Amino acid sequence: MSRTALKSRPRVVPAPAEERLLDLYGKMLRIRLVEEAIADHYGEGEMRCPVHLSIGQEAAAVGVCEALAPSDKVYSTHRCHAHYLAKGGDLKRMFAEICGKAAGCVGGRGGSMHLMDVDKGMMASIPIVSSSIPIAVGSALADKRLRNGKVTVAFFGDASIEEGVFHESANFASLHCLPVVFVCENNLYSVYTHLRQRQPDRPLRDVAHAHAMHALHGDGNDIEETFRLASEAVARARNDSGPTFLLLDTYRWREHCGPNFDNHIGYRTAAEYETWEVRCPIRRLRGRLGASLTADKEGAMVTEIAAEIEGARAFALAAPLPDPSQASRYVYA
Amino acid sequence: MSVHLATRERVITLADAIREGLSESFARDDSTFLFAQGVADPSSMWGTLKGIGERFGEHRIIEMPIAENGAVGIAVGAALNGQRPIISFHRVEFALLAIEQIVNNAAKSHYISNGRHKVPLVIRMVIGRGWGQGPEHSQSLEPLFSYFPGLKVVMPAFAADAKGMLIAAIEDDNPVIFLEHRFVHYATGHVPEGYYKNALDGPRVVRAGKDVTIVATSHAVLEAVRAADVLEEIGCSAEVIDLRVLRPLNTAPILASVRKTGRLMTADTGFVRYGIGGEIIATIVSESFSALKVAPVRLGLPEHPTPSSRGMVVGYYPDAQRIVREVGKLLGLSEDKLEDALKSLEEQRKNLPIDVPDPFFKGPF
Repeated sequence: MSRTALKSRPRVVPAPAEERLLDLYGKMLRIRLVEEAIADHYGEGEMRCPVHLSIGQEAAAVGVCEALAPSDKVYSTHRCHAHYLAKGGDLKRMFAEICGKAAGCVGGRGGSMHLMDVDKGMMASIPIVSSSIPIAVGSALADKRLRNGKVTVAFFGDASIEEGVFHESANFASLHCLPVVFVCENNLYSVYTHLRQRQPDRPLRDVAHAHAMHALHGDGNDIEETFRLASEAVARARNDSGPTFLLLDTYRWREHCGPNFDNHIGYRTAAEYETWEVRCPIRRLRGRLGASLTADKEGAMVTEIAAEIEGARAFALAAPLPDPSQASRYVYA
Repeated sequence: MSVHLATRERVITLADAIREGLSESFARDDSTFLFAQGVADPSSMWGTLKGIGERFGEHRIIEMPIAENGAVGIAVGAALNGQRPIISFHRVEFALLAIEQIVNNAAKSHYISNGRHKVPLVIRMVIGRGWGQGPEHSQSLEPLFSYFPGLKVVMPAFAADAKGMLIAAIEDDNPVIFLEHRFVHYATGHVPEGYYKNALDGPRVVRAGKDVTIVATSHAVLEAVRAADVLEEIGCSAEVIDLRVLRPLNTAPILASVRKTGRLMTADTGFVRYGIGGEIIATIVSESFSALKVAPVRLGLPEHPTPSSRGMVVGYYPDAQRIVREVGKLLGLSEDKLEDALKSLEEQRKNLPIDVPDPFFKGPF
């Protein structure tokens, strides 16, 4: 499909065709396997920085990025691995970054929480809650001034809407009708604190209405629904119809930060986790694909991804650490 | 010839010089635009924005919602994507609401991105004193911003330099904190017409001397020049250095001066403790201890917030009188001589209230 067809006018988005569903499945599976590889090898002590895994939340990243053109822009948070990969970020350079190597996507300056690949439109990941949201709005402002038809996505979590700067950014984006999509992945927890302890019981999507912003809400573990809603939001942005708040329900399977499961430490129950595990975005799509994805085909897919991951890991492990003299570079342009 | 020059060289206020700098930059580069609260206010931010909206249109001068952190973040985002935004804060205290974006994203995007991103952003902030503005409307917080590698911090004292440095700041590919003291907005000087840049490269000797080096910032430079004038009348030659650029700090001209004079005084607009003067003195003492004949002196604000009442700010700000007295101590000048100099300053100041700009600071300097 031509990406340029997305430009300048909203379009009716057809349900993803079989081919596209297979593609989406592969993209989600790749992210899952990358994250599991990080978890499996984290204990070896080569990835010496905090890691915030997106396992369980792959559909939001893939579904939204699928609705974007390559030249569109994404801004993310501390939990940025899935967004980076979904937007086309280089896997080798991601592993190298997490391993603190000079070949990392930012030369070892940022680690796992600062993944970016500007050539792919993965503009920045910023690990302070909501900090990347105004940056995304400024990005959209620049693109609107330049009339280049680009769309910006700000990914963030449910806690971000507690921050003042989210509202400051939403107000400005709505006031100036900017081409930006606010994607809120509601995974129910801010670190170990449940949403109900942090926010009143209200439909989260309604916060958008306070800013006269279009709002969409969907099952963020359903890739087809996510893609459909994201396509609508992106088309609105591209069509100069203004920003959209896209709320996606999802769930983080592993601990806030680190490689482990943490259902035993008391802040959430195993039963709650299990209800979400059943809603695994990858398994659900697998169910829908049915016989169109044969066991052979799937096996080949897994083998190919695993080989890519092992190649990227090996690249990162073999890559040299940055020289200490590099630490004082790039303070000033 | 001199008459011809005198009529040709315009004398305008520093506020007007800033307005010219903005206009020249706007005319030259379409990617520049300004964000501020109340851009269309009749006061036009001490006149610095006067007429710019009318001339360049709404898309170049954008009304900023009352959302400082958001505004700086939005400006950083625009800067990362090819624009050259300028933000104005009418009081530095409002920039405190934006400290997260300034410190995390403006200062570090170039670094974190391994040199890929650039943040050509200017953040104007008005600091200083006057008319009972009090503890939360008249602070001088320059050390706060000077703490962070990645930011440039400049403080103009003279009108021509303010225009040239503002244009240079707008052209700069780094985030520049541009601190304007409210009182220096009223100071006047010769200002060239047209587009010109004054490099953000460090201190300038603004008055040559051989007995003592006075390093000052912004409004304190004007007080130091004034002190140097009366000191000269009593036979003391003070060299006044306008620091101009607080970060990155270039101490070479200060070192060169201190090697000549052997005596160092700092006078800045902020607190003495943890302040700019402390940083200058620490650097000079560390690098050139043997050049010093006496212990350096730093002048600044005492250990309490700024009260509103003019009754309580008496003696609060380091002024020309205090500079003269402290130079007297540094040089061991006789009391009689000092009294002459202080009397001269008192006569100049007459009964002018402490809370309005001193008309002495009409240039040209």
